[in-house]
Amino acid sequence: MATLMTERKRSALTRGRLPKYTPYVVAGSAIVVAAALMALIGFNAFGWAVLSAVLFAAGNVASSAVVEGRRRATDKLATSLVVGAFLVALLPLVSVIWTVLVNGVPGLLTPGFLGTSMKGVTGAVDNASVAGHTQVLGGVYHALLGSVLITFWATLISVPVGLLTSIYLVEYSADNKFSKVITFLVDVMTGIPSIVAGLFAAAFFGLIMGPGTKTGFVAALALSVLMIPVVVRSSEEMLKIVPNELREAAYALGVRKWRTILKVVIPTAISGIASGVTLAIARVIGETAPLLVTAGFATQINSNVFAGWMASLPTFIYTQIMTPTSPSNPDPSAQRAWAAALLLILLVMLLNLGARLVARLFAPKTGR
Amino acid sequence: MFSGAALGAGVLIVVVLFAVAMFLVIQALPTFSAAPADITGGKGFTSYIFPIVIGTLIAAAIALVIATPIGIAVALFISHYAPRGMARGLGYVVDLLAAIPSVIYGAWGATFLASQLKAPYQWLAENMGWIPIFGGPASGTGKTILTAGIVLAVMVLPIIASLAREIFLQAPMLHQEAALALGATRWEMIRMAVLPFARGGIISAVMLGLGRALGETMAVALVLSSGPLIASLIRSGNQTIAAEIALNFPEAFGLRLNELIAAGLVLFLITLLVNMVARWIISRHKEFSGAN
Repeated sequence: MATLMTERKRSALTRGRLPKYTPYVVAGSAIVVAAALMALIGFNAFGWAVLSAVLFAAGNVASSAVVEGRRRATDKLATSLVVGAFLVALLPLVSVIWTVLVNGVPGLLTPGFLGTSMKGVTGAVDNASVAGHTQVLGGVYHALLGSVLITFWATLISVPVGLLTSIYLVEYSADNKFSKVITFLVDVMTGIPSIVAGLFAAAFFGLIMGPGTKTGFVAALALSVLMIPVVVRSSEEMLKIVPNELREAAYALGVRKWRTILKVVIPTAISGIASGVTLAIARVIGETAPLLVTAGFATQINSNVFAGWMASLPTFIYTQIMTPTSPSNPDPSAQRAWAAALLLILLVMLLNLGARLVARLFAPKTGR
Repeated sequence: MFSGAALGAGVLIVVVLFAVAMFLVIQALPTFSAAPADITGGKGFTSYIFPIVIGTLIAAAIALVIATPIGIAVALFISHYAPRGMARGLGYVVDLLAAIPSVIYGAWGATFLASQLKAPYQWLAENMGWIPIFGGPASGTGKTILTAGIVLAVMVLPIIASLAREIFLQAPMLHQEAALALGATRWEMIRMAVLPFARGGIISAVMLGLGRALGETMAVALVLSSGPLIASLIRSGNQTIAAEIALNFPEAFGLRLNELIAAGLVLFLITLLVNMVARWIISRHKEFSGAN
């Protein structure tokens, strides 16, 4: 009987497995050993966490290699690497958001930051506020306004063009040669570097309006080059999933094709289209490079997109960091830049959230 | 009427893309006919563009070397390792990385990351200085092409991760279950049933990431303190096309303007090539996979 028990214990299925509690033991000892090592070379929490994780992974793999054999050890190694890579990928996200929050909150809470422009805020003003420890003057009103206006015009151009193109692709083209060409070119357009889109708009207006034409509208055109392919792709996907039965039912009732599209197909797909457009707006509102070459840098409020330079949030951040208003005291500029960065991230996050909300709100009623 | 409008919009897209190429060419032309001495650097356009093309390629290469393995691992984590309920949320988190505007990455890289990397660069220069790419003396500010490459890696990571995730999720479930039933460990299953299926998709994801890394402007313009082409990655120096345009365009006039537009044209052609190859691989892959 006793021999049978030992035989059974050594059966191929259960032989050489580590007990279930092994990872916890390894984790505990890894944390302790890491703490001891860190104590030797100078303690910091980040190094401790990293060292513990590395020791935990190494301990797991080593114990598995000894008891369970090479194959299971390789599996454990791969698991540790994959999980480790994911944690490493999260580091920059956490770090970026933390940096922006820490540096941006004081500036964003400064009274008048949202309501004033940079008009009249010179290096001397910044020097005075640093010397007198008074609040930092100047704000982002002009940049916020510029961003909103430029993005609004870009949307106004891109949505009709993008939506109509996707309608052509899905409803009218019947997969002919030309639609393949369009699909391919839209894919190619997705990959256009943003600065090249800016150069295109600058070169275009440079030819027809004279070199050096920089207005909000030029910037809007540059952004719509980036926005159109995103709108086309997302609305195309949405139109494709509208069931054919709906179209056929409309045709059977004698409804014209254009009316079917306007009254049946688009209302069914509107939630997806709207959320796609919102995501596209979120993407272009943070674009910097095209605005640098098309809208110029303004320090005052300009609400006319067709004349004069225009500020925007991304270029505001860029100029405040690269060329501080007061070169000898860059701190006020840095504070304004980070506050604007926080504002921009909040805007983008709101738009992303809004896209999901829109998708839910406008979802077609199922009738139940 | 309506069908005409829809067709017109399609035609407009074709026209716009050709217009992009055409206007860039027209505005770039004076550069090619100008006397070599008039071009920045004084030795003609080729010797002006060559160092910044190489700089662009170096930055993109650093970004891909870092982002490809991590991106694939992140995609695997979300598709095959994370608990089912968490996978969706984690996908959103990775997409969040893509949503942060590039200028903020640039600001983060210039202020936070660069100062964090000063000490490691010092160490690299002292201990690995005999390798040309780590040749000293290390930059005192940390604003080097390696830092710019790391920031670029963070920016292309979500692209590679989300595309690779899509492909991994399409891998045939029957093959995976068969592998597990034959006693394969999870890693062996992934290596035998998932990765071979996804190879084409991974390559095209990396190519699309490359397209983004080549054209990315702000991260490099803010992070890199630029200079002539040098081999060392940890000294200030090198420059990329996109950053060169962004830094110089606002003050440029006359021939300099044409020159920068010509540089933009070169960048456009490079990214166009990369993207077309990527799309070609994807379309070829579609025929093979039978995934729908």
